[in-house]
Amino acid sequence: MDWWDGFWATYNTVVFSIGVNAMLALSIYVTLSCGLLSLANAAFMGIGAYTASLITMEAGLPFPVALAAGGALPALVALVIGMPTLRLSGVYLAMATLGFGEVVRVVVLNMGITGGPMGLNGIPPLTEWWHIVLLLGVTLAFLARLRRSKVGRAFEAIKEDEVAARLMGVNVAGYKLLAFVIGAAIAGVAGGLNAHYTFTIGANNYAFENAVDILTMAVFGGTGNLIGPTLGAAILTLLPEALRQFQGLRLAANGLILVLVVLYLPKGIWDPRRLRDWRARRADRKVK
Amino acid sequence: MLEQQLINALSLGSVYALFALGFTLVFGVLGVINLSHGAIFMLGSYAALLLVDKLALPLWLAMLGAMLITGLIGLAVDYLVLKPLRARNAPHLAPMIATIGVAIMLTNITQSLFGAENRRFPQGIIPEDSMTLGNLHVTAVQVGIVVIAFVLMLVLLLTMRRTQLGRALRAIAESPKAAYLLGINVEGLFYLTSFAAAALGGAAGVLVGLSFNAISPFMGQPMLHKGIAVIILGGMGDIRGAMIGGLFLGFAEVMTVAYISSDFRDAVAFGLLFLILLVRPSGMFGKILERKA
Repeated sequence: MDWWDGFWATYNTVVFSIGVNAMLALSIYVTLSCGLLSLANAAFMGIGAYTASLITMEAGLPFPVALAAGGALPALVALVIGMPTLRLSGVYLAMATLGFGEVVRVVVLNMGITGGPMGLNGIPPLTEWWHIVLLLGVTLAFLARLRRSKVGRAFEAIKEDEVAARLMGVNVAGYKLLAFVIGAAIAGVAGGLNAHYTFTIGANNYAFENAVDILTMAVFGGTGNLIGPTLGAAILTLLPEALRQFQGLRLAANGLILVLVVLYLPKGIWDPRRLRDWRARRADRKVK
Repeated sequence: MLEQQLINALSLGSVYALFALGFTLVFGVLGVINLSHGAIFMLGSYAALLLVDKLALPLWLAMLGAMLITGLIGLAVDYLVLKPLRARNAPHLAPMIATIGVAIMLTNITQSLFGAENRRFPQGIIPEDSMTLGNLHVTAVQVGIVVIAFVLMLVLLLTMRRTQLGRALRAIAESPKAAYLLGINVEGLFYLTSFAAAALGGAAGVLVGLSFNAISPFMGQPMLHKGIAVIILGGMGDIRGAMIGGLFLGFAEVMTVAYISSDFRDAVAFGLLFLILLVRPSGMFGKILERKA
């Protein structure tokens, strides 16, 4: 198992990142599946990361408690700011959540307990690979169950046509708030996991760029189902490793991918209908 | 030193207003939040720097050149990215996400070409004259910024209000389909709008580059965030709103730095934005445009 040890020693952070990024991509998938574009997920991740880290570092409570709190506080914050903001639609909501994210960043930068601009250092490395696998699995199972439930169908209806959904008696405001809160909780737990293997966190880790990264993963993979965001997160986390030789232009490649996907694969790379059509065409060709 | 602060606020606010003008113009006419506007702003100051540095052009000519260059870049972004999305009638979040991608690309290409560090205009380029009125200190750059910004704003405002072109643009803002049926060249005016908006963004970039004399590939992002705050404050798509919102934000920031703490400077814009969205989402002047996704 020597090769495994070597591989793990080199790449464990990459593997951890894939899992955490997948959870983040799923967190934005939840809000998108309800037709909301929220750019606050990076901020929620940050709130979760700081909460969880402070609990393990300052209070000395066990890791599971810290993670639970790391999910709960962002959910609570989402509940409070969601009630007024979710009346906004489309780009207005995106702007409001962007503004919220920046306010969180500035507040964190100016607080004493968060270490201000220095951030938090020396966070105990408590995250094990199976924590990530387990929590990603739980998230996927929960979201898969949610999709097929009454709630998931309500999300779908709101996404397709909000007015029609309201006329059908769907509690639009309530379901939007629920999607927002679930997304915040998932992002918060992911933040807690991330903080406990990166050793150090700072307010700038949770800024606009990170919100965009999360969004890119979800959009790239496809937001029509659960496989899309997971796959998108995996590929876009591995891509920088693969593009290592291009160094400075690596991020530019990310931007190009975002543009090309929006232009040519509006449903993301994992679009079951497109894949089905493609397989059918290939089968046709073989018959001829 | 309230008077001095007011002058600083006026010059900062004019730049915000000028930046927001192009941003709001694109939203008003195309119905698109163009998040590459910040990157185009950044390219404006690099373009001016190169024209001054390599071609030794005088400053005013470099500024016009920078506006032309950024205008053409804006046109290219429209043609390559926004037009295909229009043709497909894509939901309004699609152009927003795509222009984020454009911004990332432009920023990183600039970074790999010119490096991440701050660049400066060569010495002697920036007029160093200044006026002293009583105990007030006003630099030539500050005067230039305010004058140029207000002239460009006035030209745009009069064009929109008084000319046939402006009437056509307002018709498109109301309904592109109806405008098309009335024989307006909608696609052509979309291009023109993208060009003009990017040129205004580029002009703002040159002015900011001159006033801080520090140009970096990352200067676009914070400006974009301020621009978003400004057009939300003023009402999305409203030209008067962008002007007054910009001046208001400049004022609020300078006063925060002067009388509260510079730590909260960046929170001011977003605190205001958040508040406005909660209290009056249509902004000071705007009416909510309910565009169907």
